[in-house]
Amino acid sequence: MSPPRASLVDTKGWIMLAAIAAACIAVPVFNLAVPEGSALHLPTYLVSLFGKYLAFALLAVALDLVWGYCGILSLGHGAFFGLGGYAMGMYLMRQIGPRGVYGNPILPDFMVFLNYKELPWYWLGFDWFPFAALMVLAVPGLLGFLFGWLAFRSRVTGVYLSIITQALTYALMLAFFRNDMGLGGNNGLTDFKDILGFPVQAQGVRVALFLATALALALGYLVARLMTVTAYGKILIAVRDAESRTRFLGYRPEHFKTLAFTVSAMMAGVAGALYVPQVGIINPGEFAPTNSIEAVIWVAVGGRGTLVGAALGAVLVNYAKTVLTGALPDAWLFGLGALFVLVTLFMPKGIVGTLVEHFGSRRAAAKLPPAPEIAPKLAEEGRG
Amino acid sequence: MIRILALFLLLLSPAFALAEGGADSAYGKLGAGGYSDIETGIVELAASGDPRAAIVLSALADGRLYARSADKAVLIKEGTNFVDARTGKPAEGPTDGLKPLRVNNKVRRALDAAQGQLNLVSPDPAKRQEAADAVFKARDIAALPALDAAIAKEKDAGIRRTMSEARAAAILSKSGSSEADKLAAIPAIQARGDGDAMAVLRGLANDPSEAARNAAAKSIASIETRLATIGGVQNIWYGVSLGSVLLLAAIGLAITFGVMGVINMAHGEMVMIGAYTTYLVQEAFRAHAPGLFDWSILVAIPAAFLVSGAVGVAIERGIIRFLYGRPLETLLATFGVSLILQQTVRTIFGPTNREVGVPGFMTGAFDFFGLSITWGRLWIVVFCLGLFFFLLFVLRKTSFGLKTRAVTQNRRMAAAMGIRTPYVDAMTFGLGSGIAGIAGVALSQIDNVSPNLGQSYIIDSFLVVVFGGVGNLWGTLVAALTLGVANKLAEPYFGAVLAKIGLLIFIILFIQKRPRGLFALKGRAVES
Repeated sequence: MSPPRASLVDTKGWIMLAAIAAACIAVPVFNLAVPEGSALHLPTYLVSLFGKYLAFALLAVALDLVWGYCGILSLGHGAFFGLGGYAMGMYLMRQIGPRGVYGNPILPDFMVFLNYKELPWYWLGFDWFPFAALMVLAVPGLLGFLFGWLAFRSRVTGVYLSIITQALTYALMLAFFRNDMGLGGNNGLTDFKDILGFPVQAQGVRVALFLATALALALGYLVARLMTVTAYGKILIAVRDAESRTRFLGYRPEHFKTLAFTVSAMMAGVAGALYVPQVGIINPGEFAPTNSIEAVIWVAVGGRGTLVGAALGAVLVNYAKTVLTGALPDAWLFGLGALFVLVTLFMPKGIVGTLVEHFGSRRAAAKLPPAPEIAPKLAEEGRG
Repeated sequence: MIRILALFLLLLSPAFALAEGGADSAYGKLGAGGYSDIETGIVELAASGDPRAAIVLSALADGRLYARSADKAVLIKEGTNFVDARTGKPAEGPTDGLKPLRVNNKVRRALDAAQGQLNLVSPDPAKRQEAADAVFKARDIAALPALDAAIAKEKDAGIRRTMSEARAAAILSKSGSSEADKLAAIPAIQARGDGDAMAVLRGLANDPSEAARNAAAKSIASIETRLATIGGVQNIWYGVSLGSVLLLAAIGLAITFGVMGVINMAHGEMVMIGAYTTYLVQEAFRAHAPGLFDWSILVAIPAAFLVSGAVGVAIERGIIRFLYGRPLETLLATFGVSLILQQTVRTIFGPTNREVGVPGFMTGAFDFFGLSITWGRLWIVVFCLGLFFFLLFVLRKTSFGLKTRAVTQNRRMAAAMGIRTPYVDAMTFGLGSGIAGIAGVALSQIDNVSPNLGQSYIIDSFLVVVFGGVGNLWGTLVAALTLGVANKLAEPYFGAVLAKIGLLIFIILFIQKRPRGLFALKGRAVES
C-alpha cells in the first residue's frame, strides 16, 4: 500500500517548515528592524502572542502523535504541559533572587509569605538552567512513562484511558492548588525577571523566545515524523488500527505505545516550558481538564493524524479565540462549542486531512495513514 | 407562685442570706449607685422574687437603668420616657440629674449570674434550657441553690436532666464538695457523654480523693470510646451522604454511558438544567402561590425530568445518532454541546448563583443516638435510593427497559425483531438525561445553582460509572457509596483535598488492575 519508506518531510511538512522559517525571519525584522512609529512595525506583545500560539502548536503536535498515530485519546496532556511549565517557572522564580517584594535572596515571595524557613528539597538545583531544562523533559517524561507503562500493560484502552488521563490532570490540578505543595498554590509562579541573565520582558528576549519556540516546534515536528514514518511508526499505526492482531504477530503493543506516550509527554513539557516565560505566569489552572480537551479540538480541527494539521489547528483556533474573546466575549464559548460539534460531524478529517484528500495526488494519499477508524478496534477489545 | 419559690430559695440558701431585705432593700441598693452596692442589689433582686426583677436586670444589662441622685429612685429608660423600675408606671418627679447605673466586670458577672438564675425558673422552656446550659458551661457554684430549687420544680425531663448535669458539674468543680457528693455526680456527667462532660471530668485529675479520681478516669475512658464510635458512625453517615450525591450525579450517566455506551460530556449540563428548572418552578410558586412553596418540589421533579429529557432527546437526534460507533468523536461533540449549553444558561440567567429555596421539611436537624442528622441530607439519601430503584425497575421490568437492553446488546437482531431502534435510542438517551435533570433538583438543594454546576460533577460521575463497571447499575451504586464513604473516612486524616487526590489515584490504579470496573459485564455485550 505505501512505498517502502516515506520521506521524513512530505509536501505539507515542507510547507509548514517553510512557514515557520518565514515567520522566524519576518517577526524579528518587523519587530526589531522596523522603527516603532512605522505602520509595518510588529508590537512586542504580538511577538509573545505568536510565540504562545507556537507553544500550543507544539502541544498539539505532541497530542497528535499519540492520538493520530497511536489511537490514544489523551484528555490529560495539559498535565505534561503544566509540569514542563512549572519546571521552567521554578527556574525563573529562582532567578528573581533578592528582587522580590520581601527581598529574600533564597526564598520566593510566596514562601516568605507562607512562613517557609528554607527552600523545599525539590526546589534545589532549579537555579541552574541546565538542570531546569533537564527537568522540563524528565518530569513529564517520567510521569508519561509511568502512566503509560501501567495503563498500556493492563491494556486499558479507548474511553477508559481517556477518562483516567482526565482524572490524572484533575488530581494534579487539585494538588497544585494546595499551598502546602510549595509551588505557589492558587497564584502559581509569576513576577519573573530574568531568563539566562537577560530581562524576560525585554524586546530582544521576547523575539529570542519566539525563535526558540519556532525552533522547538520544527524539531518536535521532525521527531514526530521520525517516529511515524519509520518501521517503528508503521507498527505504531498497526497498533492503532488492530492492536490484537499486532500482538498476535509477535509485537508488544504496550512497548510501542509507552514510547510514543513518553516522547509525546516530553514534547508537551517543552511546549509548557516555552509557554511560561512568554505569558509570564504558570498557575494550577493550566491543569484544568477543560484545557486538555481544548487541545484535542485543535488537533481535530486541523486534522488528526497529519501533524501539520495539529499545529495549524492550534494556531487557527487560538487566533480565533484571541479575536473573539476580544470582540464578543460571550460568543467565544458558543463558537468553541459549535466548532467541537461541527468539526466532528462534518469534517472528521480536519482541515489538512480534507485538503489533502481534495488536492493531493495519489502518491500523497497513499502516504497518509488511513482515515482513523475506531469502531473495528473497539470490536476487538473484548477478544484482545 | 414566684414569691413562694423565692421564699423557698431563701430558706435553702445561706448564700442568699443577704437577700432577706427583699425587693425594697434591693432597689435601695441599686439606687445607691456604688459598684458594690449595685452588685449586692442585683443579688438581692434576683432572690427577692420581685416580678419585675427580670425586666430591671435586663434594663441594667442594656444600660437603660438610671438612678436619681435626689431620692435614690431607680428608673428605666424606655425610648425617650422613663418608667419607675419598681412599679413599671411612668416616672414621677424630675428626670434631670439622672445617672445611668454603671457596670464593671464584677457587677457584670453578678448580673449574668442573676439573670441566669431568673431564667432557670422562667416560664419559657427554651429559656430554662438555655439557662441550664449556661450554668453547665460556667460551672457556677453560686448557682447551686437556685439550681436545686429549679430542679425540684422542673417538669420537663430533658431540661431537668440538663439542670442535674449542671448541678453535678458545679459540685465537681467546687473544691469543698464531699467525696460522696462527687462520686454521685460523676455518673450524671458521664451520662451527658460529650466534650464538655470530659472537660469537667478532666478537672478532677488532681482531686484529693482517690476514689473520685479513679471514677473520673473511668468515666473519661468510657466517654472517649463513645465519642470515637459516634465520630466513626458520623463519618460513615457523611460518607453515605456524599456517596448519594455522587450516585445522583452519576446515575443518569450510568444509562447514557453505561447502558448505551455514549460518552456524554454534556451530562453535567443536564444536571445543571434540572437545577435551573427547579429555580424557575420555585420562582413561579413564589409569584403565584407562596403558600404552597413547600410543594414546589413535587412540580419541579417532573418538570426537570421533562426539560432535561427533551434536551437529551434533541442532542441524541441532532448529533449523537450520527456518531454511534465512534465513542471518541462523541466525546468531543458532546463536550462542544456542554460548552454551548453552559454559555446559553449564562447568557439567560447570568453568571452568578441563583437562589434556590429549601422546603421546610428539608431544613433543620435531629439527634439520633448522639448523631446529628440533617433532614436535608436524609431526604437526599432517600430520594437518591428511590430514584435508583425506580430506574432499576424501568430497565428490568418494563417493556421499554426490555427493548433498551435488547438494542444495546444486539442492535441488528433487535431491529430484526421489529424494535424501532432509533426510537429506543432517543428515548433511552432522554431517560438518562431526564434522570440527570431530577438529580439536578436534589443537587440544587445542597449546591450553588450556577452555569458551572455540571462541570464540578462530570469527572466524578465518569469515575463512579467506570469504577463500578460500565453497564451495571448495581456497580454504580456500590461505587458511589464506596467512594463517598472512603472519601469521608480519609478526610480527618489527610484533609479534604488530599483525600480526593488519593481517591483519584486509587481509581487510576484500580482501572489498571480491573480495566472494566468492579462488576464487569461478561459475555457478548462486552464485545459489541
